[in-house]
Amino acid sequence: MLSIKNLHVSINDKPILKGLTLDINPGEVHAIMGPNGAGKSTLSHVLSGKAGYTVTEGSVTYNGKDLLELAPEIRAREGVFLAFQYPVEIPGVSNIYLLKAALNAMRKHHGLPEVDAMDFLTIVKSKVKLLQMDEKFLYRAVNEGFSGGEKKRNEILQAAVLEPKLCILDETDSGLDIDALRIVAEGVNSLRSAERSFLMITHYQRLLDYIKPDVVHVLADGKIVKSGGPDLALELEEKGYSWLEGRAA
Amino acid sequence: MMNELSNNAYLAAYPALADSLPGRDLPWLQQLRNEALQVFGQTGFPGNREEEWRYTNLSALGKTGFAPAAVGAVDADWLNSYRLDNAFCVVLVNGCFASDLSRLEGLEGVTVNGLAEILTQNPAALEGKLGQAVASGEHNLVAFNNAWFGDGVTIEVAAKQVLDKPIQILHVVTEAGALAATRNLITIGDQAEAEIIETYVGSTDSYFTAAVNECLLGRNAGLTLTKVQLEADKAQHFGGTYVKQAQDSRFLHHNFALGGGLARSDIHSDLDKAAECSLNGLFVAGKRQHIDNHTRIKHLKPHGVSREFYKGVLDNRARGVFQGRVIVAENAQRTDSEMNNRNLLLSADAEVDTKPQLEIYNDDVKCSHGVTVGQLEEKSVFYLQSRGVDEATARNILTFAFANEMADKVENAELKGLLLNELLARFPAMSL
Repeated sequence: MLSIKNLHVSINDKPILKGLTLDINPGEVHAIMGPNGAGKSTLSHVLSGKAGYTVTEGSVTYNGKDLLELAPEIRAREGVFLAFQYPVEIPGVSNIYLLKAALNAMRKHHGLPEVDAMDFLTIVKSKVKLLQMDEKFLYRAVNEGFSGGEKKRNEILQAAVLEPKLCILDETDSGLDIDALRIVAEGVNSLRSAERSFLMITHYQRLLDYIKPDVVHVLADGKIVKSGGPDLALELEEKGYSWLEGRAA
Repeated sequence: MMNELSNNAYLAAYPALADSLPGRDLPWLQQLRNEALQVFGQTGFPGNREEEWRYTNLSALGKTGFAPAAVGAVDADWLNSYRLDNAFCVVLVNGCFASDLSRLEGLEGVTVNGLAEILTQNPAALEGKLGQAVASGEHNLVAFNNAWFGDGVTIEVAAKQVLDKPIQILHVVTEAGALAATRNLITIGDQAEAEIIETYVGSTDSYFTAAVNECLLGRNAGLTLTKVQLEADKAQHFGGTYVKQAQDSRFLHHNFALGGGLARSDIHSDLDKAAECSLNGLFVAGKRQHIDNHTRIKHLKPHGVSREFYKGVLDNRARGVFQGRVIVAENAQRTDSEMNNRNLLLSADAEVDTKPQLEIYNDDVKCSHGVTVGQLEEKSVFYLQSRGVDEATARNILTFAFANEMADKVENAELKGLLLNELLARFPAMSL
């Protein structure tokens, strides 16, 4: 469903990704690990369409479409979801309003009518329960005054409501205590299905204790330098990244 | 001086107009008008040579020649679309009190009258009251109103009365070229409570509203006054509200300045001991609109509390002005005052001039102020886009949210709903 080929990306003429190649099939969970500065967040930003990045070479194909040609909102409507490393606070816009606006934008894109208000509430409340959140969160401004853990849970809540095809989790474990991590991981695990793929970007192995990946990649200096099964993550935890840097996959 | 004013159409037309103004036979009113005419006659409409008018030049108004108009036909559906269902309603058409369009049945503990009518039938009731909260020396638009006002409304809430419904003053202009110079006198008795809503609209495009409210609040009285300024695109609007607050009184003002080509609001309040004053405001301007808000809070005695929060949203080539003055007198110890002004610029050509001024004449006070001018945060726009919302809608949602914070402060649910619709019309987001 996602095919990244020889991707080169620069920020202000400084190369960050230097020939990244990655294929994700439907239903697969891929983890990308790597040291700080390897280009992990750049990858998530480029895939979601954030401005400020220049693709100098390579391609990204998503379900047969050139993903890089699509506006950020079209990517989202086509099923690409980014769970932000630093979710943005939006004063004055309630969580429930954003969820409804997002869901309806998606439905309209696929030629479906707007969601019925009662149905919508039923869907959202079941997802809130899943993530062990208080319903009051729905009526608070998006992420405003939320703790780190609440913000990350809120990201997964949005994914649960929007039901993406490709879910990119950017450092979703950062800033979480062990209980929050477990809840977020349970939320993610409940979203796993044969059609839905995940790309987890993380610095530490601990998230992978809770969300078992099919494939683990090591990203260093803008390239995938090694890929393997879940055991690779454990090896990295033990040895660090330095033994892999400068090595081709 | 004479050269500058020789082409002032208003001064030229005044002698012919004077005889038709109400209260010609009242010496005290004649004195007020003569003094006003003298003040106005010196320099005409304010220009930016004066500090309080630094950012808003009205001198070109002198050449316009808007003239008083009578009550004319009013489209009922159009008028009703601005009426609040759950409120008493005073309708002023082209500045004239229209009793047949007003809805005042069931009023208790409050007296509402047309100003011109009172000046004819019971002028003694107004002697010594008009001009108590503001005088011609304030500035030349007040002087202009003093000399030119033709009608308006008096609202007098008896002591200890708590009104169960708000009173709406629906100020409509229907004649092109009309001058609507109105004077309203609002008196809230000791320990009385009232909510008043002023709505300014026009069904024609080019006209001049020059309105002055005087509000006298008794001891421990409470007044919530909301101004909803939705004047037509090319209208000139001046609306001044001048308040005298007795001891322990509470004045809450919401100022929604959304319309007009050139609009200026004055909100001034003088606070006696332990009085409280809250001024909230939102100005939204696009195209080439110019919206100026001037507030002045005078703490004259100890233990007063004032809170002020204004927001501005400026688009296209619009210009906004916020001048907030807080004066703490020498013997107003223990004054507690906060002022905040936040502005959002949506285009590179939009401009806002913001000028908070604190003048404090004793040491035992707690006063703060803050001002920001900024743009929408791109990371917020992207966050909404990443959830499937297109960029234009994302910007509207964020702008609406910024502005709606002020509408949210309005307690009256019906009024809040009306304001919400006005904001959504300007920043169309997805239905809520």
